[in-house]
Amino acid sequence: MASFTLRVNGVSHDVDVDPRTPLLWVIRDVVGLTGTKYGCGISQCGACTVHMNGQSVHSCQVPVSVAANAHITTIEGLSPDVTHPLQKAWIAEEVPQCGYCQSGMLMTAAALLQAHPHPTDADIDDVMSRNICRCGTYDRIRRAIHRAAKEA
Amino acid sequence: MGEVWKIDRREFFRVTGTAGGGLMLAVYLPDRPWNPSPDAPLQPNVFVRIDENGGVTVWVGKADMGQGVRTSLPMIVADELDADWSRVSVVQADADPHKYGPQITVGSSSVRGGAWTPLRKAGASAREMLVAAAAARWKVPAASCRTERGYVYRTGSKQRLGYGALADAAHELTVPSDPRLKSPADFRLIGTSPPQVDVHDKVCGRTKYGIDVRVPGMRFATVVHPPEFGGSVKTVDATRARQVAGVRDVVQIPTGVAVVADNTWAAFEGAKALDVQWNPGFRMSSAGISSHFRDVARAAPVVGRSDGDADAALAKAAKRIEATYEAPYLAHATMEPMNCTAHVRADGAEVWAPTQNPQGTQGTTARITGFRSDKVTVHVMHLGCGWGRRSRTDFVEDAVHLSKKLGQPVQVTWTREEDMRHDQYRPAALVSFAGGVDAAGRLVALKALVVSQPISANGKGRAGDVDRNAVDGIMTTRYAIPNFRVAYGLPDVGVPTGHWRSVGPSQNIFVFESFIDELAHAAGRDPVDFRHDLVADQPRQRRVLEVVAKNSGWGKPLAGGHAHGIAMHEDKGTVVAQVAEVSLEHGKPRVHHVWCAVDAGQVIHPGIVHQQMAGAVAAGLTAALYQEITLDDGRVVQGNFDTYKMMRIDEMPLVDVDIVMSDAPPGGVGEPGVPPIAPAVTNALFALTGTRVRSLPLRPDILRSTQQA
Ligand code: FES
Ligand code: FES
Repeated sequence: MASFTLRVNGVSHDVDVDPRTPLLWVIRDVVGLTGTKYGCGISQCGACTVHMNGQSVHSCQVPVSVAANAHITTIEGLSPDVTHPLQKAWIAEEVPQCGYCQSGMLMTAAALLQAHPHPTDADIDDVMSRNICRCGTYDRIRRAIHRAAKEA
Repeated sequence: MGEVWKIDRREFFRVTGTAGGGLMLAVYLPDRPWNPSPDAPLQPNVFVRIDENGGVTVWVGKADMGQGVRTSLPMIVADELDADWSRVSVVQADADPHKYGPQITVGSSSVRGGAWTPLRKAGASAREMLVAAAAARWKVPAASCRTERGYVYRTGSKQRLGYGALADAAHELTVPSDPRLKSPADFRLIGTSPPQVDVHDKVCGRTKYGIDVRVPGMRFATVVHPPEFGGSVKTVDATRARQVAGVRDVVQIPTGVAVVADNTWAAFEGAKALDVQWNPGFRMSSAGISSHFRDVARAAPVVGRSDGDADAALAKAAKRIEATYEAPYLAHATMEPMNCTAHVRADGAEVWAPTQNPQGTQGTTARITGFRSDKVTVHVMHLGCGWGRRSRTDFVEDAVHLSKKLGQPVQVTWTREEDMRHDQYRPAALVSFAGGVDAAGRLVALKALVVSQPISANGKGRAGDVDRNAVDGIMTTRYAIPNFRVAYGLPDVGVPTGHWRSVGPSQNIFVFESFIDELAHAAGRDPVDFRHDLVADQPRQRRVLEVVAKNSGWGKPLAGGHAHGIAMHEDKGTVVAQVAEVSLEHGKPRVHHVWCAVDAGQVIHPGIVHQQMAGAVAAGLTAALYQEITLDDGRVVQGNFDTYKMMRIDEMPLVDVDIVMSDAPPGGVGEPGVPPIAPAVTNALFALTGTRVRSLPLRPDILRSTQQA
């Protein structure tokens, strides 16, 4: 066990866990923010995507020791009031079905828009194919990203 | 008691846990669960309340796994009620058979399974009661009142009264036994796509799925199950597991070995460090199962349907073909792995489960704890996909056994690998066909022999039965086949099987629609024309076939290296036809575009139909391209998304959905779109390469070899 300070969505949390514990489980089970999801644990599904110092990462792969002191943003911190252009576009296009993958999808898409404010379909394919949606909401995700890019 | 009745404040509080007041109605939906108990009393499963402020609340006892039931069921009530949709809220009901009736949500049954009429009656009854209350207040006949968006208006004047102001008075009146239902032309909500409930929460991480439950004092745990189906624990050495940081306890429970920890990852790590010796269970490998299926096919099968004389007609046919197809086992691989949270106390138990089967969850908990079911509360959590997997309660057992032993609340989360290796699989199938066409190119005879397991927890069935699910989609076809025989062979295989989104047709429509395509080609006919003959007396089928052919430009020239394929299917009262446009890219099939025509009868929420059809295409295509569960000495080989691949956004085709209107009652939309996509694609690949794909998942190498040939 070891102590770390995590900065999640602008709030500091002192946690005492095994240094190898993936950020995902510290966020969910210790800090208590459950919007970030577990899907595979092996960097295949992207359900656990968060931003670390502005970069999107699979939090199931980042040991807490590496994440300590970094600025972490989770879905709960994407916007204070559900007004991020992607969130608005997601609502307008009614993207979610079961919704389980969507935290990760939104966090990946937010990083995509930072790199490519007006992404092409190929950019979307490239970046968003890190994530899996079992409900098959892919066509609406694509539309919503284009909409957010236009309206941002 | 009819389908709709009034309840008083006490009763209302008992069932909803909310203080009542206003107009409160209970509704009974005669939904058919998979295992209905024959003597179940008439239990309401929906409650509607119009409160003093004009708010309308609908309590539904249905698990919403993304098929939008929480939106569509209340829409039916609200439309007949002429409610203001922005004032309608929906509450997910907890499980209690003493309060609610059967609540299982499988088989696309939610809207279809008898909910339509009772929900309309509930809305219409409430509306008539509110009108009567207004008429009494104004001392005018009810006929001179009309309703709109939450108000009763007095015709010929400016007077109006909100539902809230009338709710108490309306509650004093008698529930009309036969309220007047709207004619479909007057629907104002039904057939539109208002925003779905919950979308807001789902885009900010606020929706609580089973895995997100946090109870004070709760521990995190995982369970390791016997690697061979039907196996059991022989010995456990937990020494190393207990040394893992964060691990609190290792507990043997009847279903396996549980590791209890401070967080889920510590539990997973502890599980990896366990040294367990297992007693053996089912030991076959995939190759052995497949050859066993072939042996069963050679033994005497049981005939399930026999029209005309298939053998005689085949003998006389101008052209005869035969083919054998295979479909693999599939895992559900719901996005949210199996999990359940339980707190077994001295005086009762509480369970938080992402379940499609609240009553089964309650029953299972009662059985394990010995409590009467009224001492067991089940909180139905949001589901990260259902697909039928969550109608079983094996994952509930883990949590309840463990909490009972620990005496404290505990959440059991399966690793993805445990989830994939301890599923209830979509059964594998071996299907042989013989078919014949006459000189005019018409289908005159067809024989099908299906070997596949029934759906059961141990995978076994009863000798002599024709399993309904195993032959579904073939035996139940609407195609007019004058001489038609369907036979079934029961294998003896211990792989647990379960309902997988669309069930039997998920494999049978692939094999059947492929063979129909083979027959069309054997007859030298266009596959759409050939099917037109088969559905000549089925108007709904004919329409979707025409619409999908027209939308896709069937028969018109395509870009070089592209081809179209078609398949169709009817299930759950819904008819679907799909055309896929396919090419090969670097020898790999690429599906560019899918046209989907769907007649789902009366459509409640077209947006949900579009979602479900696109999702169904993704589901069926993912399976066709990538997925199979194989066994090595009884152990499932695949464990995670690296070996059980999922289609991603870059492979998602454009999906055009055309809703074909009909006046049939609402059909299910969650499942019927799944089966046709695989054969639509493989039929297109035949048109493109001349290679007939007769087993799934698709092996691109068989296509390459013919391309080069
Ligand atoms: S849980 Fe991290 S990528 Fe799947
Ligand atoms: S919405 Fe269900 S997994 Fe994506």
